Amino acid sequence: MATPAAPGKKVNRIGLEPVAYRGSKTTLCAGCGHNAITERIIDSFFEMGIDPTQVMKLSGIGCSSKSPAYFLNQAHGFNSVHGRMPSVATGAVVSNRKMIAIGVSGDGDTGAIGIGQFVHLMRRNLPMIYIIEDNGCYGLTKGQFSPTADLGSTLKTGVVNDLPPIDTCTLAIELGASFVARSFSGDPKQLKAILKAALSHRGTCMIDVLSPCVTFNDHDGSTKSYSYAKDHEEPLADLNFVPFFEEINVEYDAGTTTAVTLHNGSKLLLSKLAEDYNPTDKNTALRLLRETAGRGEFATGILYVEPDKQDFIDLLGLVDEPLSTLDLSKTRPGKAALDEIMDSFR
Amino acid sequence: MSVTDAAVQEAGPRHTTERITNDFAIQVATVNGSGSQTANLVLLRSIFQMGVPVGGKNMFPSNIAGLPTWYTIRANANGYIGRKKEVDFLVAMNAETAREDVMSLAPGAAVLYDEPLRLNELRKDLIFYPVPFDKLMQPITHDAKLRRLVRNMIYDGVLSRLLSIDMAQMEKALRKQLGKKQKAIDLNMAALKAGYDFADANLPKQDPFVIAPMNKTQGMILIEGNAAAAIGCMLAGVTFVAWYPITPSSSLCESLIDYLKKYRRDPESGKTTYAVIQAEDELAALGMVLGAGWVGARAMTSSAGPGISLMAEFTGLGYYAEIPAVVFDVQRCGPSTGLPTRTGQQDILSAAVLSHGDTKHPLLLPASVEECYSMAIESFDLAEQLQTPVFVMTDLDLGMNTWMSKPFEYPTKTPNRGKRLDAPTLQRLGEFGRYRDVDGDGIPYRTVPGDGMPAYFTRGSGHNELAQYSERAEDYSKNLARLARKFETARTLVPKPEVELKPNTKVGIIAYGTTHWAIVESRDQLRNEHTLETSYLRLRAYPFTSEVFDFIDRCDRVYLVEQNRDSQMLSLLRMEANPAQIAKMRSIPQFAGLPIDGRTVTTELMKQERS
Repeated sequence: MATPAAPGKKVNRIGLEPVAYRGSKTTLCAGCGHNAITERIIDSFFEMGIDPTQVMKLSGIGCSSKSPAYFLNQAHGFNSVHGRMPSVATGAVVSNRKMIAIGVSGDGDTGAIGIGQFVHLMRRNLPMIYIIEDNGCYGLTKGQFSPTADLGSTLKTGVVNDLPPIDTCTLAIELGASFVARSFSGDPKQLKAILKAALSHRGTCMIDVLSPCVTFNDHDGSTKSYSYAKDHEEPLADLNFVPFFEEINVEYDAGTTTAVTLHNGSKLLLSKLAEDYNPTDKNTALRLLRETAGRGEFATGILYVEPDKQDFIDLLGLVDEPLSTLDLSKTRPGKAALDEIMDSFR
Repeated sequence: MSVTDAAVQEAGPRHTTERITNDFAIQVATVNGSGSQTANLVLLRSIFQMGVPVGGKNMFPSNIAGLPTWYTIRANANGYIGRKKEVDFLVAMNAETAREDVMSLAPGAAVLYDEPLRLNELRKDLIFYPVPFDKLMQPITHDAKLRRLVRNMIYDGVLSRLLSIDMAQMEKALRKQLGKKQKAIDLNMAALKAGYDFADANLPKQDPFVIAPMNKTQGMILIEGNAAAAIGCMLAGVTFVAWYPITPSSSLCESLIDYLKKYRRDPESGKTTYAVIQAEDELAALGMVLGAGWVGARAMTSSAGPGISLMAEFTGLGYYAEIPAVVFDVQRCGPSTGLPTRTGQQDILSAAVLSHGDTKHPLLLPASVEECYSMAIESFDLAEQLQTPVFVMTDLDLGMNTWMSKPFEYPTKTPNRGKRLDAPTLQRLGEFGRYRDVDGDGIPYRTVPGDGMPAYFTRGSGHNELAQYSERAEDYSKNLARLARKFETARTLVPKPEVELKPNTKVGIIAYGTTHWAIVESRDQLRNEHTLETSYLRLRAYPFTSEVFDFIDRCDRVYLVEQNRDSQMLSLLRMEANPAQIAKMRSIPQFAGLPIDGRTVTTELMKQERS
């Protein structure tokens, strides 16, 4: 870390200890992938030195949507209604542009009841991190299929899913999200790197995290099980993220590394593995998603990033100060304005 | 449109020298999309400029072009600007409806019509003025499209001559309407003059109707309720607007956007001090408003019945999580899609208890364009004071029709931002409990993201005073009881009714919203024609204040007049009234989709009085 640690205590660059990033005790099942994601959120916010009091954490309804209670206790939280977190987040982020927003949703909350709001959130490129904790099933109502369940996967009861899945990453890229990634709850190193990069990006960061449901969807017939995901995960690049406040001293072979500069000067370094991967090219990303899905594999990593894309706040042309704190002198035009308007109706 | 069921009369029209001055209704029947709006507004404005009280009502189809539209202008020296049931002067421009329009007139009415329609053959008890529109248009322009657009100005010219409406006022109104478009002004003036000259040379005055100058409109404005509400929202300091287009509410947010663009840019940076988002649907619109309200913005949305239904779930969240929001419901006819372009007061009951579980929401009930403006301002204060969604229940008649009004007063009150926790308060309280009733009024303190005060977790699931998730019976019932207590506080904060108690009568009328204008006229009719004096209470908000029940106590019979089938406000009153009060209440429901008129109220009230 750039900030020197106080003797005997591990603190981050704003002087906070990891405990400042913790939340209430989880009530999810032991071994739930969502808990691992919560841990990575805590790690990444701590390591990036984000002030937790300047964070808004939002969610919809479902197991995943419970998790904002389990991290960043000092942040304002909003557990909204099923599938509708994007709209609440839109109002909140637009009205206070200074806050950092993180939303946690699930595959049912996003892909089924919330697909309409999800689609329009991606279109707007609202500056926020949007995480889908993706287990392919409805946990809280005991295991029904969600729209990301793979064709042919089976429930414990023997019911077979006969509809094709929605690929949220493909959707997000097509619709205009400027940072799209997929990871796996069991890959702490990659997930943390992605989250840290997302914290440096301005725009919608859509991160689909495969997160096996240990109770309802972790059996051999399921493609969202821990063992399936582990065996079929295809990391598209070895991710390294260098925040703007850290000295860049990592060694990379120029021939195998792509550096993407994010809005605040941070660098995202992707070292190529199997193929020549360019995360700033939409077509490459979409082709990769199609090809890996065809082989029953999940491409993981930062699939697409467009660092300079205008975000929704800039598109709206808002004043720098949060709308929520504007003084009456700025929000109530003077009497002359009313007089002029009245005259126009005479 | 059949407004009366007059049979064909054999008697000839009355040719009278008697004059009926400043007391009649003109109805212009056209097809929508034919450019009649300019001609109609010029006519309305000319009468207004002559100092005569007027009201303009557009009865239009849910369609863009080609279907029948009726525009009614009522001039009335007494200031009755509600709908008049009888049409006195018909301008029949629509071949499709002309026959029915003519057949529905009362004997003695006048008809200005396009000559080829030969409407004079239909009845002998009316006064007919045939006008050869196409022939008169020929010398004005060769352009077929322009001819269609300015053709309607001809009837304005004819009416100017027949009704003694000053041509100079017509020209002034036309210039006001068209702004600086000189070519358009020239063409329209030519048509106007052609109509006037034709009437002067060929149409001797046979009907009794005339406009004579008065001084009853001096300093007044003509405005639609949606624009009035928009001005109110802007001056309330709205910072966040999310909306989804729907008739008859769209023009509220569209006007607001225009005003915000003009008056709400930061002078230094040129950036906006507001955000307007056209949402993907009404669910998202209210979701965004709640997100904005949660962080402390002054946030609003505007919709109509179908959109309000979609907002039900979020309204419940706003109620239970206690987030301020302002929702305008410009009511139209339901159920379902219903009649999107017709008016009603049909969402009262559903809005009052919108969403599942035990919920109650304050409703504001503007009756005039002035109240659209002032209640818009008031609604933001109430929403923040009560930390809950507040509904402003206007309707299509108020929102989209043109009303006369005194100019609006600039707000003098500083906005009330409600109970926001600050450092001294936190010190006084010792601990922050987001949902703790520390003042006994049911209203807790709140913090917002970024204000430096303690954070809390907002949720629509069960919670205790500390905003922690809780399924404990005691926490749940205590919280719900507090919310009920908060609603009792709302009772003391909402606008009080307007009450006129007459000493020598035991008959009372209760009404609200645009129904008010029919009541004003009906009470005069009851007094003058039936020697029946009435007391009157105009509701301005829900929850009901004590004045409402006092009023019922002072009457023997109370007629609740409203524009819906199921006596919705009466149902709400019954929920709170005692058995003696309930026994006094009678209902006059009206649900034709047309603005209620005074005559209908008088007839129905007398029928019930005699039974």
